[in-house]
Amino acid sequence: MSMVTSFRPRTRRNVELVLLLLAITIVLVAYLNVGLAIGGQFPPDLILYGFGLLVLSVGFHLVLRWRASYADPLMLPIATLLNGLGLVMIHRLDLAYDRTGSRLLAPKQLIWSTLAVLLAAGVIIVLRDHRQLRRFTFTAMALGLGMLLLPLVPGLGRNINGSRIWIGIGPLSFQPGEVAKILLVIFFAGYLVQTRDALSLVGSRFLGIGLPRAKDLGPILLAWLASVGVLVFEKDLGSSLMFFGVFVAMLYVATERRSWIAIGMLLFCAGSYIAYLSFGHVQTRVLLWLHPFSEEAIATSDQLVRGLMGMAKGGLLGSGLGRGHPEITYFPESDFIFPSFGEEIGLIGLFALLMLYVLLVERGLRTALGVRDGFGKLLAVGLSFSMALQCFVVVGGVTRVIPLTGLTMPFLSYGGSSLLANWSLVALLLRISDQARRPLPDAEELATASEAHTQVVRIQ
Amino acid sequence: MSELTLTVIRLGLLALLWIFVFSVVGVLRGDLYGTRVLSRVKPKPPGRPARPAVAASTVTEPVVPKMSRSASKRIPNTLTVTEGSLAGTTLTLMETGVLLGRNPECTLVLNDDFASGRHARIFRRDGGWVVEDLGSTNGTYMGITRLTQPTPVEVGSTLRIGKTIFELRK
Repeated sequence: MSMVTSFRPRTRRNVELVLLLLAITIVLVAYLNVGLAIGGQFPPDLILYGFGLLVLSVGFHLVLRWRASYADPLMLPIATLLNGLGLVMIHRLDLAYDRTGSRLLAPKQLIWSTLAVLLAAGVIIVLRDHRQLRRFTFTAMALGLGMLLLPLVPGLGRNINGSRIWIGIGPLSFQPGEVAKILLVIFFAGYLVQTRDALSLVGSRFLGIGLPRAKDLGPILLAWLASVGVLVFEKDLGSSLMFFGVFVAMLYVATERRSWIAIGMLLFCAGSYIAYLSFGHVQTRVLLWLHPFSEEAIATSDQLVRGLMGMAKGGLLGSGLGRGHPEITYFPESDFIFPSFGEEIGLIGLFALLMLYVLLVERGLRTALGVRDGFGKLLAVGLSFSMALQCFVVVGGVTRVIPLTGLTMPFLSYGGSSLLANWSLVALLLRISDQARRPLPDAEELATASEAHTQVVRIQ
Repeated sequence: MSELTLTVIRLGLLALLWIFVFSVVGVLRGDLYGTRVLSRVKPKPPGRPARPAVAASTVTEPVVPKMSRSASKRIPNTLTVTEGSLAGTTLTLMETGVLLGRNPECTLVLNDDFASGRHARIFRRDGGWVVEDLGSTNGTYMGITRLTQPTPVEVGSTLRIGKTIFELRK
């Protein structure tokens, strides 16, 4: 005979450890492949790097065992694998460019990865409950908008490659938009969880679509207008698309009204058409997107075409790490790391990478389903959707699905700010998933609690 | 380094990547199901008589001839829920009999407002399966006829309890 029991969550920490070891093995095999293909010999620092990677990721794993034992077991291995593969590709491009000394990018990326993992571990240790973040709803908004505005401050902002999204202090440069992404998601979550009843119930109906009161919608529209306006002035279209998409997605999740998606799409189409008419750089992007092989497009930029050629050269199986020529494209280690991978590990490899992102986002959305409080749900949806949309913007851009806009591929691309932001994002998701998967207290415990007198507790 | 080694490493890397993806998918498969079916029966110590599975049964327990493993495999023994809230659930019929109903001690706990606590049981007789209504309020139906006595279950015949429909499959 058999019986049906309700699903009892397991911590699955051992599964995480096994997958982590597998991820590190894959990274080391990739590194070995690069070393053999370019240098023709066994890379001598393989054991050193392997050991470093092992200490770092197993350290994080132990932090999870200590402070968030029910956290999702799959996010850490996936993030580790993606980060490691990105490192291998950047190292491979260092070799291709014959970079030496301080111009080497891979060691820098390694340092940033270490810092990012430490920061993520810090987030797990310090933040015991994600609901604490709700207290900082409006602080997050102020900080997020401030971060977005920082590159516009004269003397601090830097105009790199036509976009004013960097700040520089001495030799260090930083992209504050990545951090602003997380802060604004925290703000959206905190704000929407307060006002979602008002947003979804109160208001007049117009053409079968419920329109909310301006009072409820005012602050959030203001935040959105500010972020999009800032990004148009900074000429960073990718981020603007991402912020708007996350905003619409969270609004939909908070209110369960499909009309938001329609309104959002309409707003977005109108906005992009106006942007197309009024900004020269948008017209260039559209030309490069629709007719990349035309003469005038090639005269402007052949970056996209080179990326496409690289991916075509890679074919199904790829040329093998170290055997292609991703260095021919511009920015092969940041914006165009995806075509670099496409050339060297082929379509089969690229789809494995995409699957990893899909699985990471799925875990985030699953966490949102499982967690019991509204703020956590919205936060998890916002964070995972922002990552999904960022991947879509990058991959869609380099494969000519949408106009190419400059964003970094989470974990893979070169860039300290991107790594710091994405590892903290995963740390937040891990923290929420710990709450989501932790079993409820026993029935007996609940029964005794329900017999006790109701206590009135002031929240906030 | 020989070209062969490189090719092996290159393809091995792709294979490893996909092995990773599939092992992740394998782990999260557990998420898709809210409940799981655990085996409750332990192998009986030899020499002790078989305990009747259904204590409230009015029918004397039929003597189940001990069949060889190959013989018992030939008999269709999978009960599938085709409609109702548990649609898609399958249950392996055991020689000791299975109990269907809303009571948590039943083999298959029905989540059906029209089912009784101990609704029906299915047991082995004469090399086939027999279903018996246990005095339920809303009755057990084979096709469109309400059961009044133990009735043999054939492969493909539909069995209805409340809003739940079962089918015996191979």
